[in-house]
Amino acid sequence: MDLKIKLAGITFENPIWVASGTFGTKGQEFEDFIDFAQVGAIVTKTVTLLPREGNPPPRVVETRSGLLNSIGLPNKGINSFVSKELPELKKMPTKIIVSIAGTSLKDIEKMIKKIPENIMPDAIELNLSCPNVTHGKTKYKLTAQDPQATEKMVKIAVGTAKCPIIAKLTPNVTDITEIAKAAKKAGAQAVSLVNTYAGIAIDVEEMKPVLGNVVGGLSGPAIKPLALKAVRDVYNSVDIPIVGIGGIVGGVDVAEFMLCGAGAVQVGTANLIDPDAHKRISKEFEKYLILKGIKKASGLTGKLKGGRTA
Amino acid sequence: MKKKIVNAKIVSNKRIAEDHYEMDLKTAALAKNSLPGQFVNVKLDEKATDPLLRIPLGIHKIKKEGISLLYKVVGEGTDLLRNKKKGDQISLLGPLGKGFDIKKENEAFVIAGGHGIAPLYALTKELKKNKIDTIFFIGAGKEKHIFCADKIRKMGAKVYIATEDGSLGFKGYVTDVLEKYLERNKLQVPRVTIYACGPKPMLKAVAQIAETKKIEGQVSMDEYMACGIGACMGCAIKTKDGYKLCCKDGPVFDIKEIVW
Repeated sequence: MDLKIKLAGITFENPIWVASGTFGTKGQEFEDFIDFAQVGAIVTKTVTLLPREGNPPPRVVETRSGLLNSIGLPNKGINSFVSKELPELKKMPTKIIVSIAGTSLKDIEKMIKKIPENIMPDAIELNLSCPNVTHGKTKYKLTAQDPQATEKMVKIAVGTAKCPIIAKLTPNVTDITEIAKAAKKAGAQAVSLVNTYAGIAIDVEEMKPVLGNVVGGLSGPAIKPLALKAVRDVYNSVDIPIVGIGGIVGGVDVAEFMLCGAGAVQVGTANLIDPDAHKRISKEFEKYLILKGIKKASGLTGKLKGGRTA
Repeated sequence: MKKKIVNAKIVSNKRIAEDHYEMDLKTAALAKNSLPGQFVNVKLDEKATDPLLRIPLGIHKIKKEGISLLYKVVGEGTDLLRNKKKGDQISLLGPLGKGFDIKKENEAFVIAGGHGIAPLYALTKELKKNKIDTIFFIGAGKEKHIFCADKIRKMGAKVYIATEDGSLGFKGYVTDVLEKYLERNKLQVPRVTIYACGPKPMLKAVAQIAETKKIEGQVSMDEYMACGIGACMGCAIKTKDGYKLCCKDGPVFDIKEIVW
């Protein structure tokens, strides 16, 4: 079985990665459960220019087959990240994708410049879409809700970085293909979709929102059909590699995203249920490929048959 | 301590009081490695996605061949847990978090509110193993929600009970009893450690008493939680050093550390 895939010019041993914010800062919480060499790539918790303490609790609440979170990107800032975490991450036997977010073009440029060349990550995922923080300099709340803002930010990242840029997009838009087109135009080597869907959970006893930040981002199996549609829409209209994300909890889910056009996928919420989820999902995915007589995982991308949308 | 996912067999799952259940589980690994104050993340079903997350439950008893969990039925998850049968297998992730730090030279004041008594039972057993004088204050809404008192007495702890409706023991909050006790008895304050678990308002009141009387203490906190291992940063607790994680830095915190 050949699980290798090529995406954004990089060869990954496995198309199944782990998503930002669901795998700790450097995966240490998972070392008792997972052989990191089997993980396609680790996408780090999003780093920002300055330290952030995160949003007020409660930060997480379960909803029907979903997890609503408003963590708010707590992190120690890029300086601490490049001096402490990144050198350790680079020693891990897998691909490292550093997730960064910023409120201005200058932030992004400064952050990328702070990454030393000798510990350059394999790629940078530009988080343009965290629903739990406010992104600056756009008329919308999130950069990835604005095609122009997306284009500008991706452009500065691509121009500054010495590694590929993957733009992480929000599904909270009228037409995600427009944003993907803007990211491609600006030189992004791939897009990852989707970030969480904005939502609210209510405590009827107290008659108030559950989350400290009122609004959170929904992830988990509840959003999978929505995420699949986003992937298919972008695959059908923009020529750019796609990393599919949204509610993957089993090997068949991976296949679904790849059939819709994803070249790779990220497992997120499932890591928070079972720290060894990646291992099981990979095994199930291999089983699916064997059952279908598919020898190369990469052969699955975009192979969804037929069907027309009214 | 190495965290593990273990499939434990349910030895029993019994109602011990109105809305409260105790589940006995056979798991040598957790019996050997768990400490009082730690918790496990319990998975209800291997395949279902609703409920999605594991349920964090404090370890109630640490036995030779397993552990027991005491839980109150508060939502869909615990309602499903209640219906698990003897002989069923259940996946546990643990032991998780940082437990109580037993101060061997001090007398212990253990303060439980409602099902907050869960981790304090294992704690008391450990306290008594260390021959520590223990006074146990139990509070609940009503008599039907007071349990474990006899067992705790049998372990050699002195027990005071408070119920909000006065159906058993003192009428009022457990913290009222604590204050009364402190008024009546001259304390050698530096020789006492408080260990508390219960609803947040109770813990806050305990913290205020501890501060006034200059008693040191530890509180077991609760917060909405997802992963239980410190990966998602969901279970933030506000402390004097900024946010800390309930699952990893706690659930037991120094009483002075918490910003209420």
